[in-house]
This record gives sequence, structure tokens and C-alpha cells, in this order.
Amino acid sequence: MQARRFTPLLAFGLLTGLLYKGLSIDPTALPAARLGQPFPPFTQRELISGAELTEQALLPGPALVNVWATWCYSCRVEHPFLLQLAERGVPIFGLNYKDDSSKALDWLAQLGDPYRLNIFDADGLVGLDLGVYGAPETYVIDEKGQIVHRHVGVLDARVFARDFQRWFPTGLTTNRLSLGGEER
Amino acid sequence: MNVGRIISFLILLALLPAAAWAVIETYRFSSPELEARYHSLSQELRCPKCQNQNIADSNAPIARDLRVVLHEQLEAGATDEDILAFMVARYGEFVRYRPGVDRNTALLWASPALLLLAGAFGLVWHFKVRQASAPHPLTARERDELERLMAHSNKESSH
Repeated sequence: MQARRFTPLLAFGLLTGLLYKGLSIDPTALPAARLGQPFPPFTQRELISGAELTEQALLPGPALVNVWATWCYSCRVEHPFLLQLAERGVPIFGLNYKDDSSKALDWLAQLGDPYRLNIFDADGLVGLDLGVYGAPETYVIDEKGQIVHRHVGVLDARVFARDFQRWFPTGLTTNRLSLGGEER
Repeated sequence: MNVGRIISFLILLALLPAAAWAVIETYRFSSPELEARYHSLSQELRCPKCQNQNIADSNAPIARDLRVVLHEQLEAGATDEDILAFMVARYGEFVRYRPGVDRNTALLWASPALLLLAGAFGLVWHFKVRQASAPHPLTARERDELERLMAHSNKESSH
């Protein structure tokens, strides 16, 4: 009988716990369906040179594939950090997503170009195959060209240290150029 | 008078069905059957960007892209399963409003049955356990005592 008096309190406690847990879950975060799979095959133009690119151009990893566009405000926010990463030898490929090529070229000329190459994806078809649902998004591909991580939103030093560092042990922890850099 | 009209107009406006907000786009279909499948699939696929809308209702660019792909694939002769598999491969089970049963969705699918079961247990508890703990009928001595008290209080109130 005594135990029953505490039932409402127990129920309240459980509900509070559940709701509290809910606070720390980001409902807009989507599970990445492409994790563990090879980068989807594509044939697109390179943004600057106009040369034909396929997924082979991204090999060998590990490398970042950064989805960006000039219409994307957050991309402007993360751009300086990408420049820093590139300076420290982290290979970054751009996926210029549903953009206007002349605007994109202006952007790179004005703000600097952190990218090895840029896949010019005007129709967003490469993005669709990747499961992109907004820019910026940043993917990590490993040596074999498999997608091993996806980050949605602005990439900054904190996120990089937490989720990306293990694939680029030398990028940012030291000032030394990463071995994965220019030698390739 | 005028105010009343405005208010009733506003109420009517609020009652407009949500379907009225669906995106207006024209696609050409080679058969009415394809068009019907387009409508049912575009309502079953969830927009990855604006999460509480299906791709038929959403104005987001990504929803538009998915509608274009849906239309193309239907015209190319893909089955519903092909199209759903294509979408799930890119956006995960998330894009389906009726996700397949797997470890993550098992609880979701089981919850109606579980709730029904919980309700049944609740009812059984209510009728069985509650009844068992219902007050016992008074014993002969208690009844005498009650009558004595009642008689006493009646006498007092009549004074």
C-alpha cells in the first residue's frame, strides 16, 4: 500500500528523464545512409579547369569532401577554417552544389581557394546520390574511397578536433604540414 | 455586423484544408496510373530538410529535386519498391513515412500493440484488484454502532 503513494512520483521521474534526454537530441540530425559505402560514381566538370572528373579523382584518401555553394551563408562562415585546414595539408575536395559557376569562381578568387579540385554539381545530382540535404556538409573518405564520416553544418576547429582528427592526425595539432599533403 | 462577417471569414480561412498548401507543379505523365502512383509516393516520402512535411507539400529545393527524380523514375518504368530503395539508399529509412521494420523502428511498429496490451492490463487491474480491495460490508456490531450514532445525531439536530 505504501509503495503506491510513490507511483505518481516515479512516473513523473521517468517522464522527466525522458524529456530531459530529448533536450540533448538534435531532431534535425539525419543518419547518414552512405556511411561505409564507396563515394557514389559521377562524371562532372571541374569548376575551374572544366576538365572531366570522376570519383577516381578523389583517391587516394583520406580526404574531405566539402559541399558548398555561394548561396549558402554558413559556407562563408566555415570558409576561413577550410583555408586553415588546407594550409596545414588536409586534402579538401569541393562539391560546388547547385551553384552558378561564375559566382562560385568569384567566391574562390575573393575568399581564397582551399580545394584541390571542385566538382561542379549544378543540378545537385552528385549531392542527391550522396544524400546531401543542405549545405554545408563535409564528408570524410578513407584511403579506399569509402565514406566514413559525415558532418552537417559548419565545420570548425571544435568539430574537427572531436570528429575528424583521427583521420588527419597531423592536421591542426601541429604546425607541421601533414604527410598526406603535397607528396601525392 | 461587419465585424461578425470578418470574424466568420477568418474562421473559414483557418479551416482551409492543409492540402491547399501543396506545391503546385505540373508534370506530364504518360498514363493516369503513373500519375496516381506519383501522388501516393510523393505523399509517402518525407522531405529530408523540412522534417514534418512530405515531398508533395514541401517547397524546399531538396523536395523539388526528389519530386523530379520520382517523376523521372516512374516514367522510366521503376517499380514502387525500386524508387523507395533508391531514396532509402541516399537518405535512410528516415525518408519513408512508413519505414521498414528494423532494430530502430521495431519499437515504433510495436507500440500500438504494446499500448493496447497496457490498456488491457489496466482494465483488468481496475476491475480485479480494485474490487478485491473494495470496502467489506459492515459487521453486525458495526451496523449497531452506526445506527446508534445516527439516532443520536438525529435527536440532536431535531432540538
